[in-house]
Parts: sequence; C-alpha cells; structure tokens
Amino acid sequence: MRVTFTVNGREESAQNVWEGESLLYVLRERLGLPGSKNACEQGECGSCTVYLDGVPVCSCLVAAGQAEGRQVRTVEGLAEGDRLDPVQEAFVECGAVQCGFCTPGLVVQAHDLLSRVARPSDAEIREALAGNLCRCTGYEKILDAVRLAATRKAAR
Amino acid sequence: MDFLRPTTWQEALAAKADRPEAVPIQGGTDVMVEINFDVRRPPALLDLTRIAELREWSMAGGHCRLGAGVPYAAVIEHLGGPLPGLAQAARTVGSPQIRNRGSVGGNLGAASPAGDSHPPLLAAGAVVEAESRDRGVRMIPAAEFYLGAKRSALEPDELIRAVHVPPATGPQYFSKVGTRNAMVIAVCSFAIALHPRERRVGTGLGSAAPTPRRAYEAEELLAAELDWEAPLDPALPARFGELCARAAAPIDDVRGTAAYRVHAIGVMARRTLTWAWNDHLEKRAA
Ligand SMILES: Cc1cc2nc3c(=O)[nH]c(=O)nc-3n(C[C@H](O)[C@H](O)[C@H](O)COP(=O)(O)OP(=O)(O)OC[C@H]3O[C@@H](n4cnc5c(N)ncnc54)[C@H](O)[C@@H]3O)c2cc1C
Ligand code: FES
Ligand code: FES
Repeated sequence: MRVTFTVNGREESAQNVWEGESLLYVLRERLGLPGSKNACEQGECGSCTVYLDGVPVCSCLVAAGQAEGRQVRTVEGLAEGDRLDPVQEAFVECGAVQCGFCTPGLVVQAHDLLSRVARPSDAEIREALAGNLCRCTGYEKILDAVRLAATRKAAR
Repeated sequence: MDFLRPTTWQEALAAKADRPEAVPIQGGTDVMVEINFDVRRPPALLDLTRIAELREWSMAGGHCRLGAGVPYAAVIEHLGGPLPGLAQAARTVGSPQIRNRGSVGGNLGAASPAGDSHPPLLAAGAVVEAESRDRGVRMIPAAEFYLGAKRSALEPDELIRAVHVPPATGPQYFSKVGTRNAMVIAVCSFAIALHPRERRVGTGLGSAAPTPRRAYEAEELLAAELDWEAPLDPALPARFGELCARAAAPIDDVRGTAAYRVHAIGVMARRTLTWAWNDHLEKRAA
C-alpha cells in the first residue's frame, strides 16, 4: 500500500509499504530518516521515539497505515537548520552521548518534557525518561543534560 | 495482509462482520509487538484510530463511559477523580510513550491475566459495551468478560465500543508487584474499591489466576463483618488477606512463583484495605 503523511513539516509518500510494517521501518528504510533507532521493536527501549500528532510514541509500535495523513516529527526535525535544539546541544556538552544509540529517542522524549514542564524536578525527569534505556552512560549525564537544557530554554 | 481503515463506528462494525478474522488495532502496543516478532500474521488489520468517538469519554446515567480508544495518559490526566483505581493502575503501565498510545479497550481486547486495567475494573463493577453489526449491543459485566488466559467473552464479529465504570463513591487503591516502577508486567496485582453506600467492598486480582478475577469470599467477609462507622477490627485485614490469597490460583513463570504470588496477593489485600479504610474514616471525620 501507499502511505502519505507529514514528516518534519514536509509531506512524504512511501510506496509498497507492507500492511504490517511499522512507522519506524517506513521512516528508516523508505524515507531515508535513520535518526530514529531500531533496538527492540517491542516498545521497551524508547530509541524509536517520535512525535505523532505532537505526542511522543514508540514508532516501532505504530502501524505505518495508522500514520496516514498525520504529522510526524522525528529527531531530524528538532534543529532549526544548523542550529541544534537546546536539548541536543546540552546532550553534546554534558557528555550524555556515548555510543549514541539511545540518544535520538531520549532527545525527543526530553524535548517533549521541556515543552510541557519548563523546570522539571529530578523526579519528573526520571519519570519522563523511564521508557528510554541507555546501556552506556549510567543516566547521570543525561539528567545533567536535561537540567542544562531546561535552564537554557528558560533563559531564552 | 489488508489494512482496513473505517472512519465511523458503523463502518468498523460492518468490516468486522464481513471479516471476523481481521485483527483490530488501536494503540498497537500489543498487536505490533506480535507482528514485529512474527508471532501473529493476521490476514487483515482493522485500524480503529480514525474513529474519533472511541477516544472520548462522558458521564452519563451515573456512569463514566470510557471510549475503547482512550489512552492511559488521558485516564491519568482527566479521570483520576471519578476513576481513581483505574487511574492508579494506568500510571503503572509501561512508560510515558506506552501510556500515550495504549488504551483500556486494547487491554480488554488482549484480555491478558496480567493486564493492569482489569483489577480496578472488576473492583469498581465495570461493564464492557460490545457491539456487532448483526446482533447489536451487548453489555458484559467485567466479571463475566474474562474467560481464560487471553480469552474474553468477545465474539469474532464484535468490537468493544466503550467500558462503563461507576464513579467512585469511596476510596480505591491499586497495588502492583514488579521489579521496577516502570515498564513492568505485573508479577501480580490487586485492586480494592470501597462502596460505602452499598456497604460493600469490591476486589480484583491480577496475574494471579488464568483470568483476572474477584475474591468473592473475601468480599462477602467484609460485607458481613465491616462496621462502616468504626476503626478496622485489627483481625479483619489479615482474614481479608487470607481469603484474597485463597482466591488466587497462580502458576510459576519467569516473573515469579505461584507461592510468591499467593503470598503477595495476601499482603497487598491487607495493605490496600488498611489504606482505603484510613481514607474512609478521614473523610467521615472531615
Ligand atoms: C513496552 C510495553 C509495556 C507494557 N506494559 C504494560 C503494563 O505495564 N500493563 C499492562 O496492562 N499492559 C502493558 N503493556 C501491554 C499493552 O500496552 C496494553 O495491553 C494496552 O492496554 C494495549 O492497548 P492498545 O490500544 O495498544 O491495544 P492494541 O495493541 O491496539 O490491541 C490489543 C488487543 O485488543 C484488541 N482490540 C483493540 N481494540 C479493540 C476493540 N475496540 N474491540 C475489540 N478488540 C480490540 C486487538 O485486536 C488486540 O488483540 C505493555 C506493552 C508494551 C509494548
Ligand atoms: S525500538 Fe521501539 S521501543 Fe525499542
Ligand atoms: S549512549 Fe549508548 S545506549 Fe545510551
């Protein structure tokens, strides 16, 4: 089947999509957007997190056809041109990125948190990121990055 | 595989009647895992997410009518007042991303004995609204909905349209045992709902038998012996816990042993009754 939806502000179409295919597969393999990562395909790791109509979801659990006509925003759509989003900047600066596999999902999820809660408490950060696994950093630097991004966004 | 996309409830019922083998999909948090891992290759997917009414809820006829597609995130954000037990359970489901997509209707459709919606629905006395094109609406009490492990009373041509839950008239609690606070399928779980007007207490056991179930004898004990004006008789929570544990018929599996589950059900029953009773007395005193 053919699936058409808006990705990062642009309308995109994918052809020959298998009906059981996930949105994650379509993004990565058909639309050339490999930012969202495929690690577990069962909703456990959060590395495939994207916004679907403004709500963060695991794209591995969205059937491609369910995205028809909807708005998708991936990690590729957070920066403004060459200017990284404050969340992305903070991840780089704080050493919150090691192998980087978990990073896109964490960045999207943290981006959503800060758009809802300007100055989240540590408990709120941990709760918001509870569905994103990282095997490298031990999470402390990720918490640092979210706190720094919150401070910077608030200062803007 | 076909991908069916009805945009109205009538179209969805017609599609399910014509293609009973089509698998409904809402949040996809159960269905897509099975497809990704090749556990299931249905001949057709029936996408219900285009039917806006399934994501709505309302208060009507003294009941909260919760559309089958309302995600956990909405239950938590909007329904903690009238449906505190269900909202507490919703807070423990998966992760924020899963709660943004996963729905109570999907939990019912999957009918897993470990599904977190089931114990609070049983304790509150919820009723499932199922419908087919050819036979119309069927109202199925939660206690009659679960028939076996991942088996429900739903017929192949039926869809769940909503679940009707009486708003709380007394304290409700949900308790769940797992290895972490997030992303955990219950080792076992327990829900309690006090119904002070009826002088009755509802219960629900999760992951402790082939189906979610009520602990009827434990409910009868409290109906007979609770003094609703007084502090709890100190012996009562323990006896209640024992009867709840006796209602369990669990198995050993990767998440826990049967013996542990029986023990944990007893502990959760005792604790949640105590918490609920403290709230009840506080409210009376206020
Ligand atoms: C990472 C992860 C963590 C999870 N954690 C939990 C947890 O903590 N607790 C828990 O209880 N569950 C958990 N789940 C399971 C799942 O999220 C829940 O069962 C959820 O409620 C399913 O809702 P859904 O809308 O995503 O259902 P879907 O996957 O869309 O559907 C589930 C089932 O219901 C059927 N169905 C859906 N809608 C209807 C309808 N209207 N009428 C008839 N049948 C229908 C489908 O055909 C399917 O069989 C988890 C899943 C994942 C991937
Ligand atoms: S790949 Fe989607 S949650 Fe892990
Ligand atoms: S940086 Fe490697 S998994 Fe997080």
